[in-house]
Amino acid sequence: MTETASTPIAGGKIESHRHSPKRLMLVGGGILVLLALIAIAAPLIAPHDPEAVEVHRVLGAPSLQHPFGSDVLGRDVLSRVIYALRASLMVSVSAVLASLILAVPLGLAAGYFGRWVDSTISRTLDLILVFPAMLLAVTFIAILGPGSVIAAIAIAVIYLPILARVMRTSTLIVSRNDYIAGSRARGASHLRVLATHVAPNAFGPVIVQASVLSAFALQLEAGLSFLGLGTQPPTPSLGGMLADGREVLIQAPWVEIFPGLAIVVAVLGFTFLGEGLRRAFDPRGVAE
Amino acid sequence: MSAVLSMRNVGVSFRTADAAQPAPAVDGVSLDIHRGEIFGIVGESGSGKSTLANAVMGLLPPNALVSGSIRVNDREVVGLSDDALRSMRGDEVSMIFQDPTASLDPTWPVGDQIAETIRAHYPVNARDAKARAIALMGEVGIADAAARYGDVPHRFSGGQRQRIVIAAALANNPQLLVADEPTTALDVTIQAQVLQLIDRLRRDHGTTVLLITHDLGVVSMVSDRVGVMYGGRLLETAATRELFANPSHPYTRALLAANPAGAPRGTRLPVIPAAWNIESLREAELLRAAAGAVND
Amino acid sequence: MTELLRVEHLRKSYATALPWGRKPPPALNDVSVVVERGKTLGLVGESGSGKSTLGRCILGLTRPDSGAVIFDGVEVQALSGRALAAFRRRVQPVFQDPFGSLDPRWPVGRSVRESLDCFGIGTPADRERRVLDLFDRVGLNPALAGRLPTHLSGGQRQRVGIAAALASEPELIIADEPVSALDMSVQAQILNLLMDLQQDLGVASIFITHDLGVVEHVSDNIAVMYRGSIVEMGETEAVMNHPQHDYTRTLLAAIPRPR
Repeated sequence: MTETASTPIAGGKIESHRHSPKRLMLVGGGILVLLALIAIAAPLIAPHDPEAVEVHRVLGAPSLQHPFGSDVLGRDVLSRVIYALRASLMVSVSAVLASLILAVPLGLAAGYFGRWVDSTISRTLDLILVFPAMLLAVTFIAILGPGSVIAAIAIAVIYLPILARVMRTSTLIVSRNDYIAGSRARGASHLRVLATHVAPNAFGPVIVQASVLSAFALQLEAGLSFLGLGTQPPTPSLGGMLADGREVLIQAPWVEIFPGLAIVVAVLGFTFLGEGLRRAFDPRGVAE
Repeated sequence: MSAVLSMRNVGVSFRTADAAQPAPAVDGVSLDIHRGEIFGIVGESGSGKSTLANAVMGLLPPNALVSGSIRVNDREVVGLSDDALRSMRGDEVSMIFQDPTASLDPTWPVGDQIAETIRAHYPVNARDAKARAIALMGEVGIADAAARYGDVPHRFSGGQRQRIVIAAALANNPQLLVADEPTTALDVTIQAQVLQLIDRLRRDHGTTVLLITHDLGVVSMVSDRVGVMYGGRLLETAATRELFANPSHPYTRALLAANPAGAPRGTRLPVIPAAWNIESLREAELLRAAAGAVND
Repeated sequence: MTELLRVEHLRKSYATALPWGRKPPPALNDVSVVVERGKTLGLVGESGSGKSTLGRCILGLTRPDSGAVIFDGVEVQALSGRALAAFRRRVQPVFQDPFGSLDPRWPVGRSVRESLDCFGIGTPADRERRVLDLFDRVGLNPALAGRLPTHLSGGQRQRVGIAAALASEPELIIADEPVSALDMSVQAQILNLLMDLQQDLGVASIFITHDLGVVEHVSDNIAVMYRGSIVEMGETEAVMNHPQHDYTRTLLAAIPRPR
């Protein structure tokens, strides 16, 4: 009824121009696509065998042949970073995807049906939230044994309540709209309402959250591998490489720096993408 | 009689990134509001009525261009610095909005919020400020004001919250009160009470009120004079009774005729002709936007 | 005059957030109303009076705690499966907010078609044709069917909402504040459309609103709700001119009129 609503938007348009969601998404997405291509094409582009030990090249400085130098066992750091990226992205992305696949239906059901469905789902998931993420992951691995698959499962479990809660909240908001009640009155079954109206409209925030969590997943995976609980040697992983490089940090900093940089770049990619998506698809700020 | 609020040829437009020649939201509005008068401005959405109110308060966004002259108590508001505007807002004019919850801090006792406003304007100690806040709460009709001083906003009903916002707006004894759709969010019975309150305050304190609303009924209840806005322009101003009895502008006539309250039951209501129909304009605009999107 | 809908002794309370919290007053407290075929019942009340809850109960969207909703001689709560779908076809809602009543991701034509698809009315080609007829019927250019709700004006959106309600050829329309979010000039057009449809199609309706001026204009009968109960019910003229209940008098006195 009043026209005030339109004025601040006109004002905000000019201000937010510098960090437009489009640009953030492009930069973040661009970084990730590049990293994904590198990871996928690892066998084609890696100049050396990442596991080939060359005694005469131990802790070799960067050179034309080995641009990132070589590590304690004389393995080519560049090739190892490329393969490690592959392993780390694989674990973090599949962990978040697995978490999403469970969290979306759980959050939808909790938010849409409410009442006992909601309390059962929400209270159960809250139990997971009680534990700090790292502690939970370590406990998980202590029971099931170390390895990249187990690390992925641990990360997926940790993120399940977070993603489910975001999905539940946005489902609650969407469900309040009259078109949901209207759709029921126009003869749609609950399943049909959920699939055609609720899910598509409630999806934005959870995608944003998933993108942000992917950055954390990458760090978490690196942390687990650093502690020797994630991806197992000799398969290269970014966290494992950090652990290796720590001991020779002074003599051969390149062993430490390049995997570290790879983590930073990948995390930045996910964060930019997540922030861009947030501004574009989650104006209400449902995602955390 | 001197004018508390005087506007001469006021225009407001908004610079946007894409438009070279911004369309005016308010265009050539001139009017004088006298001391102790309630002046109602009616208009549909997009008529520019709220933009006009915000221009008086100096609350427009930075991309707004204001032309003409707006004088509050003979002081020019257009072109005033932010600091000067802030002090003017505190000392001479107050504003209340449609949604009282947005004007109140949800975590603070309402009494303290009023007392805070009082202390911002008068050199009084905390105890006196509290006493004055309680008196104000009583004056706007909060029963048992002393006991409710410490309650947070959500403990009050919507009508009571609007009363509290009015109390806070009165804390600095403003000469001009700008009320933008103050009763739109309220139930009819509560609306009547809040309008009576505004009317009583005007009589007791001589406060001048600029009342912005879309509701012809609301202006008819309390305003002394009414201005009708459409497309950013002030089409006519008249004494309230005169406007309802003899509307001179065709838009005003159409607006009054379209009100179902006056028409015989079950008859078709006369529809506002396309030239004055805000809806047709909006549809034409959407059509142009759609055509533009195709061309791109 | 034949009876289409009878609501008997309906009660409904909403659970409080905390089990030990103070119980809120019931949303519906022993509510009974009757709607005759082709007639309009105006349901007047302020926020929290329970008028919208009553509408949702009649639509079968909210289950009452006790009491009965009897539509065309059949008790609605007992229905399930095919019979429930058949009932839903015959009672359709129109909502207040023209933003919230249409899925922002659906072209508006699809929203109008939704009930045809869900109830399986006609062949796909029939449905396509019927949607265009409905657009025509409510005074919308059929070319708008492919647009998203954001690309329509408020009045156009409300016409789409009405077309969606008419799609399954209902006998009763529950209109919850259908014009309160609209500008005055649009409001008159939508009220005219609703009255025309009623005359042409013989649809009965329950018109839920807080606006006595509007309800007086369109209703044959008026029921006044206050805190979950119906305090007064009768023919429009009688209620408006000779209100019996104090609350009705307060409400009438509060209508803003020129001094």
